[in-house]
This record gives sequence, C-alpha cells and structure tokens, in this order.
Amino acid sequence: MEAAQAQWVKIHPLIVRITHWINAFGILIMVASGWRIYNASPLFPFRIPNELTLGGWLAGALQWHFAAMWLLVINGIVYVTYGVVSGHFRRKLLPITPRAVFHDVQEALRGRLAHEDLSVYNAAQRAAYLAIIVCAVVLVFSGLAIWKPVQLQEITAIFGGYESARVVHFLTMALLVLIVVVHVVMVILVPRTFPTMITGRARRAS
Amino acid sequence: MKKRTMETSLAGHSPKLIRSIERRLFLKQGLSLGALALLAGCDLTDDESVQKLLTGMSRWNDGAQAWLFNPNKLAPEFPESAITKPFPFNAFYSVDEVTLVDGKDYKLELEGLIRDKKPWTLPELYALPQTSQITRHICVEGWSAIGKWSGVRFSDFLARVGADTSAKYIGFKCADDYYTSIDMATALHPQTLLTFRFADQILPPKYGFPMKLRIPTKLGFKNPKHIMSMFVTNEYPGGYWEDQGYNWFSGS
Ligand code: HEM
Repeated sequence: MEAAQAQWVKIHPLIVRITHWINAFGILIMVASGWRIYNASPLFPFRIPNELTLGGWLAGALQWHFAAMWLLVINGIVYVTYGVVSGHFRRKLLPITPRAVFHDVQEALRGRLAHEDLSVYNAAQRAAYLAIIVCAVVLVFSGLAIWKPVQLQEITAIFGGYESARVVHFLTMALLVLIVVVHVVMVILVPRTFPTMITGRARRAS
Repeated sequence: MKKRTMETSLAGHSPKLIRSIERRLFLKQGLSLGALALLAGCDLTDDESVQKLLTGMSRWNDGAQAWLFNPNKLAPEFPESAITKPFPFNAFYSVDEVTLVDGKDYKLELEGLIRDKKPWTLPELYALPQTSQITRHICVEGWSAIGKWSGVRFSDFLARVGADTSAKYIGFKCADDYYTSIDMATALHPQTLLTFRFADQILPPKYGFPMKLRIPTKLGFKNPKHIMSMFVTNEYPGGYWEDQGYNWFSGS
C-alpha cells in the first residue's frame, strides 16, 4: 500500500481544479450566449449559426451572459488571487522565454510533445495559459466598457470608445476560443493529462 | 437497477475503491449531461427552474446597476460633426407603420403621485425653457448612433408639476401601445430630457412625435417615443420589452 501510493504525485491543487472546471463551464456559457448577442447586430459580414448559440433569442442570451459573468468574474478572482499569492503562477507558469516557447511549439507541431513530466508545464503550455489569463482580463474590461459606457466611461475611453470596445471584445473572444480549441486538442492528444485535472494526481514519471 | 448490478459486480472490493469508481462515473455522467444541456441551448432557457434562476439574476443586475448609477456622472457629449446621418429608425414595427399623432388635439396626461395633474398641450410644453444634447444612443442589439435632441430637462418638469420624487418609478404609455418605466434616480439625472426636437427640427413621426424621453444613461428601448401619458408610482410598472425578458434597469 505504501509503495503503491508513493508512485503518485500531486500536481494540480484543489483550488486550481475547481476553478478550472467552473471556468470551463462559465466560458462555454459566455461564448455561446455572446454569439447570440453578436447575431442581433453583427459587427462583421457573417453570423454565427443559431444552433451553436445559447439563449433562444436576444433577451435570453443577454440573461445568460449577464448571469454567467458574475460566476466567471468571482471564479477568476479566486483563481488569480490564489495563483499570485500561493506562488502557483510563479512556480508553474514562469519562467517563460520567447525562445523556449518557439522551441516547444515547434516540437509539438512535429508531434514530439515535451510533456513527459506532468508536474511541469512545457513552454508552449505556459504561453497558452498566460495568454488565456490575459485574454480573460481584456474580455472582462472590454465587456465592462460596452456594458457601462456612461458609468464606467473611463474604461470605455481606454478602448477608444464604445464602438472600438465592441471590436476589441469580439476579437479577444475569437483569440480565446482559438487558444481553447488548441488547448482541448492537446488534451485529446495527451489524454493522460485529463484525469489529473480532476483528481489532481499523476503517476510519477520514472 | 443500474446501481444494483454495479454493487453485485463490485462485491468483494474495498469500499474505498467502489467510492472512487462511483465518483469517476458520476463525474463522467455529469460532464456529458452538461454538454447535452448546452447543445439543447434554447430548450434549456425555457426550462422553468433555469428561467427562474435567470430572472432572479436579472433582478440582481437591476440592483447592481442602481447601485452603480452615479446621479452626477454625465454621458459623453459630442460635436455636431459626430452626428450619425441618417439616424437609424428602430421600433417593434416597420417605418411605414409609424403611429401618427395629431399635434393640434394632443395633451400630455399626468397620473399617479403628481400634485398638479393638469394635462399639457404642445404649445405649453414648447414654451418651457429648452436645452439640447448631442449624445450616443446605444441599442440593446449592440449598434449605436449619435443624435441631437432638444427639450425640457425632465427633473425641471417633474418639479413644476409637483411629482413625488421620493416615489420609486415613473411609467410611460405611448401612442403606439409601447410602454416602459424608469427609476426615479434616472428620471432626475441632469441629462434626462423630455424632447420635442431632433436635429433642430420638430420630432418627425418616425423619431417619436410629439415627444421622446431622451435618457443617455440608458439603452435605447428605455427611451419612450410618442408619449401620451406618464405616471409616478411605487408599484413596479414593467414595460413592453421588459415583460418579455429584457433587463428592466438597462443602464449604460
Ligand atoms: C472541456 C474543455 C477543457 C478541458 C478538457 C481542459 C483540460 C485541461 C487540462 C487536462 C489541464 C491540465 C493540463 C496539464 O496538466 O498538462 C488544463 C489546464 C488549464 N486549462 Fe483547461 N480544459 C478545458 C477548458 C478550458 C477553458 C475554457 C479554459 C479557459 C478559458 C482553460 C484554461 C486552462 C488553464 C489556464 C490551465 C492551467 C491551470 C493552472 O495550472 O493554473 N481550460 N485544462
């Protein structure tokens, strides 16, 4: 029994696992309802197929969007606060250099994933996770800019006004969705990582 | 049934192992249930308990926006050169179905918690001190347009007729059967105007003749056009879109 347990190492703290899955659920709702809101007055010459959207019509989509935003923001604050205060970000997402990211992305593209030791994120992962965090922050602030262009007009001004804040909000969503799609594809390619994000444990690389 | 077969087949294994397998199954089922529910997007929104939760959150958002509302914060104003031309028409009907109100017989009716309920004719309203604003009209659909409106400051009008400004709501009934209502704090905001002119001309029918309440701190649908009567009340009056699920406060 002792020997068997010794082969397992804890790699994902409980707070990270809980906030990760709440976040994945919240992002899904925000994106799907956001697409329906987009369709009410598309910024670009295309629409999102209604089958991919949430809410049924504009009012329903807005209800989902403005309900899930609270879940997502509170959850995000817990995750980022924990990440900074506990040293989780410093330990797992840093250091990061453009060279290392470039190298690891190339390796990944060649099918040689540098993810043998599951307790360490490779540089491509670090870049992706940091980019996700930055995107989420930009999404929250550009969202506030278009939700409250009078009360929070200082934020709206940072984005160059109401209309450009809308563009920033949409493009940041598109970038986030792209990164998340790559993220999920990587999980499918390295399925060993999936249970670790639920149980928190991985078999020690030997 | 399912549970029983699982117990039988697991007989003899340690309770800890069984618990851990059950937990994994639960997680798997939970995840696929969530995915299914989301695939059925609009059905999910119609579900009664989900709708209750969403409506509750919308009420919560009314409160959050009332809390955030700063009575001294002004909406940005723009130069004449920024005005959107042509200014878009928008209503729950098409532009050739616009209601035509006869200005000669028109009288604005006042009801509810108002001291002086004498109806107002258009010449009487036009004779009140007028101000203008060039502000951004933002639609709940996401688009926006900049326009110029002129009229009487709504807080001055409310003071003149002796409205009870400690009441919670002001409701509006319109000639096109539209109706809506706003909170008193927004009604008293210095940029909330009872307007009779658009782009320096008497409001054309498509922009709300004989008058539109212009509220640059709220979304477009909270700016009633063709107003026939208004009432001050403490009972939540709702609105045409609000009763169908749009957020009531809808502040900008
Ligand atoms: C169904 C969709 C998703 C799956 C299956 C999934 C799976 C995973 C897995 C297995 C890990 C651990 C990777 C490893 O140990 O190497 C992880 C980490 C992470 N995921 Fe996801 N994920 C999903 C959606 C998302 C979404 C939507 C976001 C953000 C918008 C996200 C952001 C992150 C971040 C930031 C980390 C790093 C967490 C940390 O260590 O602080 N994931 N995910």
